Amino acid sequence: MASNSDKTSGDLSVTGIHKRYGQVRALADVSLTVAAGEFLTILGPSGSGKTTLLKVVAGFETPDEGDVRVGGRDVTDLDPAQRNIGMVFQNYALFPHLTVERNVAFPLEMRRVPTAEIRTRVAEALALVELTGFEHRLPRQLSGGQQQRVALARAIVFRPTLLLLDEPFGALDRKLRESMQLEVRRLQQRLGLTTLFITHDQEEALVMSDRIAVMDSGRLEQVGRPRDIYEAPQSPLVADFVGESNILSGTVEAAEGAAPAVRLEGGTLIRVAADGAVPAPGARVRVLLRPERLGDAGDDPGAENRIPGTVVESIYLGLSDKYRLRIAGGIELLARMGASRTARRYAEGDAITVGFHAADARIIEVR
Amino acid sequence: MAHPTRRRRARRDPARILLRAFAGLVFFFLMLPLVVVFPISFSAGSYLRFPPPGFSLQWYERYWNDPIWIDATIRSLQVGVATTVLALAVGIPLAFGLTRARFPLRGAIEQSISAPMIVPHIVLSIAIYGLFSKLGLIGEWYGIAIAHTVLALPFVVIVLVAGLRNFDLNLELAARGMGASRFQAIRRVTLPMVAPSVYSAAFLAFITSFDELVVAMFLSGANMTLPKKMFDNIMTEIEPTVAAVSALKILFISILLLLSLRFRKAADTPIAH
Repeated sequence: MASNSDKTSGDLSVTGIHKRYGQVRALADVSLTVAAGEFLTILGPSGSGKTTLLKVVAGFETPDEGDVRVGGRDVTDLDPAQRNIGMVFQNYALFPHLTVERNVAFPLEMRRVPTAEIRTRVAEALALVELTGFEHRLPRQLSGGQQQRVALARAIVFRPTLLLLDEPFGALDRKLRESMQLEVRRLQQRLGLTTLFITHDQEEALVMSDRIAVMDSGRLEQVGRPRDIYEAPQSPLVADFVGESNILSGTVEAAEGAAPAVRLEGGTLIRVAADGAVPAPGARVRVLLRPERLGDAGDDPGAENRIPGTVVESIYLGLSDKYRLRIAGGIELLARMGASRTARRYAEGDAITVGFHAADARIIEVR
Repeated sequence: MAHPTRRRRARRDPARILLRAFAGLVFFFLMLPLVVVFPISFSAGSYLRFPPPGFSLQWYERYWNDPIWIDATIRSLQVGVATTVLALAVGIPLAFGLTRARFPLRGAIEQSISAPMIVPHIVLSIAIYGLFSKLGLIGEWYGIAIAHTVLALPFVVIVLVAGLRNFDLNLELAARGMGASRFQAIRRVTLPMVAPSVYSAAFLAFITSFDELVVAMFLSGANMTLPKKMFDNIMTEIEPTVAAVSALKILFISILLLLSLRFRKAADTPIAH
């Protein structure tokens, strides 16, 4: 089933989807395309509408407006049974009264595949998820990770045009979750499966995706590669949701030389990244500064910005130290500094000068 | 180390001893009728007396050889089975509707489902009698079955609604996403999983009808059901046939209960093929 001739995956395109539940707006003008073989993650907090979008694609909900096309075919008005979409549910939704084998055989039985072929294809699918030998177990006799694999085998055994994953790793412990993430990703790439993945876990999204679509309040905030989402978020919301962030308000000052400058509310002047359109002097802006890009100014002579402050809180995290600092005007900053042997450690109340490069301070909002 | 000591102490806990004594008392109270009924049914005497003067099978023989008793038994079985089938046929779709669909007055309908349990049977009986006498259903076994269905329906719906509320709807969605039609999903996934509730509901419907007296007294006319015949028997001649019939009934219901438990268990733990 991994051979190229079997590739049945198609692209997904969702256009102008609106969905309301009474007064509640669940989806507002959502448009999105997922290329054939691509792994796209919808990332958003709970209640952001991501599950509703998934249900619309799967056919469990009908959109008020807009349409859904899978592999070039308009499926908006089709019954879920006719869409040929594989889905792994949050709690796996394995049939508790059927054995592993019968669970995986179910979609094939529904398609009236001949019994002999069902047997070989189920065996193939179970081999793919490394569950050969578990055919006659019941779901409850399996561990969480194994149940997850069964759900995955069941979702791909009928060679779906599209694979939907609804927060499938939520119930697993951290170690298992990380290994399943990589495993699912490998399988997806090997089979070339177009995949729409739903999660609220930004780390998971960064690890697994070709592209990420950040969603909030029923709208798509930003769609892009993981690196773009993390490094060049287009709104404070995206910046805040993906990774840790300092978001600082200030006013653009007249640029001297190449690097534009922003006067923060506390009076501190910082140089910010010049890429993109820099607003005219006087514009009120918000600037994103990732905590891990703030360093000890003494260690980084190249840093254009040097800001004195006081350590308010110092947290030891093993891999790094996390500091809460207060700078001029009572503004608080989060900084993460590496725990290398030479790194200086600061305690609460210590004076510190943090440094950062202009390129790491990005204007993400103009007001 | 700490664990066994804690256990030993728990066993001597006076509250625990009290609880056991109470449970024992309740059990004794529930079992007492059986302890009386069974010996009397084997009585060698000719009237109801406890303890019996001697033992014989004469009352079982009398029951078996009396066509009126046998007729009543067959009629009751017939009515019971028909009630069960009718109550499930109406109750299953109703329970699905109450748990799945959104429609006006759903709450009110769910509340009023238990009305036949609350309304005194005698009131219900008079009402049904009035209606059925116009329809010419008095004395017909299926008339009684229809009336019994009304009585059994609350039990059936309450049990099924509870079962369906526990059922994870995602399982049905999953089935449909994998190519099953709505009907196939219900038949292949939902019904097997709520089967224990269906068996319980069926059992409750059957015994509701099988042991029902008040409605049967109004509706059965000359064609008596078993409870009606037992009642008449006690009113007219006080002899131990009733005890024999009771013993048989208890035995029959117990077997039925065991079977329904068996089915429920089988539905809970299907055997790997």
